[in-house]
Amino acid sequence: MISNIGKYCLFIKSLFVNRERFRIYVKLIFEEAVEIGYNSIVIVALISTFIGAVTAIQTAYNMTNPLIPNTVIGFIVREMTFLELAPTITALVFAGKVGSSIAGQIGTMRITEQISALEVMGINSSSYLVLPKIIGTMITYPLLVILSITLGLTGGYLSTTITGALTPNEYIEGLRMEFIPYNVFFALIKSIVFAFIISSVSAYEGFYTTGGALEVGKSSTKAVTNSCLIILIADFFLAELLL
Amino acid sequence: MIEVKNLHKSFMGKTVLNNISGVFQQGSVNMIIGASGTGKSVLMKSIVGLYEPDSGEVLYNGRDFYRCDRTVKKSIRQEIGMLFQGSALFDSKTVEQNVKFPLDMLSDYNESEKRDRVNDILKRVGLENANKKMPSELSGGMQKRVGIARAIINNSRYLFCDEPNSGLDPQTSILIDNLIKEITVEFNTTTIVVSHDMNSVMEIGDHIMFLYKGDKVWEGTNTEIMDAEPESLQHFILANKLLRSLKETRN
Ligand SMILES: Nc1ncnc2c1ncn2[C@@H]1O[C@H](COP(=O)(O)OP(=O)(O)OP(=O)(O)O)[C@@H](O)[C@H]1O
Ligand SMILES: [Mg+2]
Repeated sequence: MISNIGKYCLFIKSLFVNRERFRIYVKLIFEEAVEIGYNSIVIVALISTFIGAVTAIQTAYNMTNPLIPNTVIGFIVREMTFLELAPTITALVFAGKVGSSIAGQIGTMRITEQISALEVMGINSSSYLVLPKIIGTMITYPLLVILSITLGLTGGYLSTTITGALTPNEYIEGLRMEFIPYNVFFALIKSIVFAFIISSVSAYEGFYTTGGALEVGKSSTKAVTNSCLIILIADFFLAELLL
Repeated sequence: MIEVKNLHKSFMGKTVLNNISGVFQQGSVNMIIGASGTGKSVLMKSIVGLYEPDSGEVLYNGRDFYRCDRTVKKSIRQEIGMLFQGSALFDSKTVEQNVKFPLDMLSDYNESEKRDRVNDILKRVGLENANKKMPSELSGGMQKRVGIARAIINNSRYLFCDEPNSGLDPQTSILIDNLIKEITVEFNTTTIVVSHDMNSVMEIGDHIMFLYKGDKVWEGTNTEIMDAEPESLQHFILANKLLRSLKETRN
């Protein structure tokens, strides 16, 4: 465990020493960002909309006290979406999708000696392969979180108004109640940290794969479980630290 | 020319290479042969710098690979081309992109120069119309050709091939062997080939080093090998039925 943390830290350091030429990274980062973002839009959109919708309905269901105004429901949905649902729940799904693919891709390159091929040419293989993925993810994931917030709130709007639990005005008024701009900042900070965790942990697992196809599968699984675990721990500390 | 001096390598206390020394000449095909698990791949990887040896020296035309400064090391690396046992082509890139890759990363050619060079080299290895194919669409022999093209495109002075004909049929093996030989002469590279195929040895081996359980047991040319003394080498050679009957008729 401790030695793994040490090895991980050395791995991260190796991304920055003896880097390749700058212009090589620019192109790669762009490609990775497009690939990672594009492939995740549909799943993030679906999940966010449904979670928003369900959260709104369940909150409405629990708020039967006539003394509490209906607008509170929109308020609660907004707070939950900004603080936890969009950045964190999406991160767990994102870890499953992007983390496993990063670990699988890099792990396959390891066992088929593609990484050795890079190293023989004198290329810093970890930096060349991993840095663009990390930066690409850190650029894309916050954008996906913004999408997730938007769709989550929309999902809540649709579910509450279609079922007649709230009028459109009540919901929207709730969304606008006591808005704290800092929460947007908090959501973005979280998303950047989670993006780093997912991409770097998954790349680390893939990079140190040894053996064959079976081990690549194991690395992918480990990438997802470890990322999720670390995200939840980081989530706790970020909340302690920043709120 | 590559010189190896007193190379020693062990994994977790188990000695894999024991005091290996040898000289690999420029413009000739130097073969490292031996049974499975005797340390051929480890020796090759210690020479190209994928494994750091515990002790010993590797000299590339006099430059000590493990004790030179970073810029020298980088320039030696750029002169090395390697064909891996499983070809190790980048599977997300096309044939053309694979071959062009070393130029993109390491050279200062412009795009059209690179493209010309890629086409020349692909033609040289006999793959004119495969530019846009993905590695997964190629046969094993074609993958080896792409691997060779990628290894030599950046004017490599040192060419390493780890079991270039593993997984190929005998006919294709001979074609790949001959391609390696021709390229060695044409580009005047110092070529090191790891193999356990006696056919390749007889076909293209100019200089042969035989490893047995981590020791260098014998070295010489492929005309001398039939009369080599060491018993382990005799066993290795005579596992091949053709060579066995050749030996019998000669006696
Ligand atoms: N990374 C490693 N860690 C531990 N042991 C290793 C490692 N690489 C190789 N070995 C051991 O070194 C010995 C020699 O392996 P090597 O791959 O050089 O054999 P080889 O001669 O190339 O055989 P083959 O013809 O099957 O490829 C083997 O016993 C192997 O288990
Ligand atoms: Mg081998």
